Amino acid sequence: MVSGLKWSNQVANETQIMTVSIWRESGDDGRFEEYEVPARENQTVLDVVAYVQQHIDPTLSYRFACRVGMCGSCAMMVNGSPRWTCRTHVSKVVADDQLEVAPLRNLPVIKDLATDMDPFFEKWVAAEAVFHPSKTRHDPMAAITPDDPMRIAASEAIECINCAVCYAACDVVESNPDYFGPAALNRSWSLLNDIRDAGQDVRLAAVGSNGGCHNCHSQQGCVQYCPNELNPTLSIAGLKRETTKALFRRSR
Amino acid sequence: MIRPHRTHPLWFAFLLHRLSGLGLALFLPIHFYMLSLAISAPARLDGFLRFTDLTIVKMAEYGLVFLLAAHLFGGLRLMALEFLPWSPHQKTMAALAVALAFLVSTLFFLKAI
Repeated sequence: MVSGLKWSNQVANETQIMTVSIWRESGDDGRFEEYEVPARENQTVLDVVAYVQQHIDPTLSYRFACRVGMCGSCAMMVNGSPRWTCRTHVSKVVADDQLEVAPLRNLPVIKDLATDMDPFFEKWVAAEAVFHPSKTRHDPMAAITPDDPMRIAASEAIECINCAVCYAACDVVESNPDYFGPAALNRSWSLLNDIRDAGQDVRLAAVGSNGGCHNCHSQQGCVQYCPNELNPTLSIAGLKRETTKALFRRSR
Repeated sequence: MIRPHRTHPLWFAFLLHRLSGLGLALFLPIHFYMLSLAISAPARLDGFLRFTDLTIVKMAEYGLVFLLAAHLFGGLRLMALEFLPWSPHQKTMAALAVALAFLVSTLFFLKAI
């Protein structure tokens, strides 16, 4: 940790200054404000936001926790695209020496860069992206081999950190407020491939409902921006196949 | 202006599919109306067919066939995406759909002029 004195000396020695435009407040009061920050060779977007809050305006609200790309708290719109800011280097995203940081798209803004994540997680529940236990602690553990095709399908989808980058990247979420979004459906797909889960019928009904997988236009913005390189479109395509199969099973 | 988060190839593939679909939806009623003239007013149809001999109309037909082919191959791409095992070559498939549409429509145009 750098001490206050050392830090300010370091800043005083900086010659390069960069202008960053940050979204402030919310609703009718919402606007971009410009701040001058040191342009360092190595800094992340979160470093820049933290600099503004610690040295220029302590009232700036934003959300972060781990700073190492594990917790999924710090996602924001950076120059118009959703990014995990703690792992996004300024040098990779800066365009014409401009950096614009805004709250995540498709979610209500609480204040400044902090969004209300409730609608995002409520949709996980609506999409039945929750585990339904089928056994008790007294039953033997389910034997699942690593080469089981369902295990492989689930493994490809489980590394989600709930950052809502895919949710902000999705145009269908923007146009249809009922749509569950890529993250919730991706989680539903991983659970659909879990043989221990006892809720597959309600899950298929949920993901096939109005807000479900059939809304997806396969634009693949979620795949493009997922910081963990997951593929929600693949998961949603799987759900589309399984709900279609379930339809034929029911009609027999 | 296209917003920054949309500037990736598969979003453009979506845009082409949507625009070609809208274009065809507008074209088809006119197409069927012109066909119906063969029964209801053959003389007017003959007049229209002479009009289609103009080079500028053939150029427009080139565009129309491109839209039709782009929508056809793009639709096959989407059906493969949804109902066949996942392919990691999504961008290549989108490019292939456009290339095939270009090939088909250009062949049509060369034959038409």
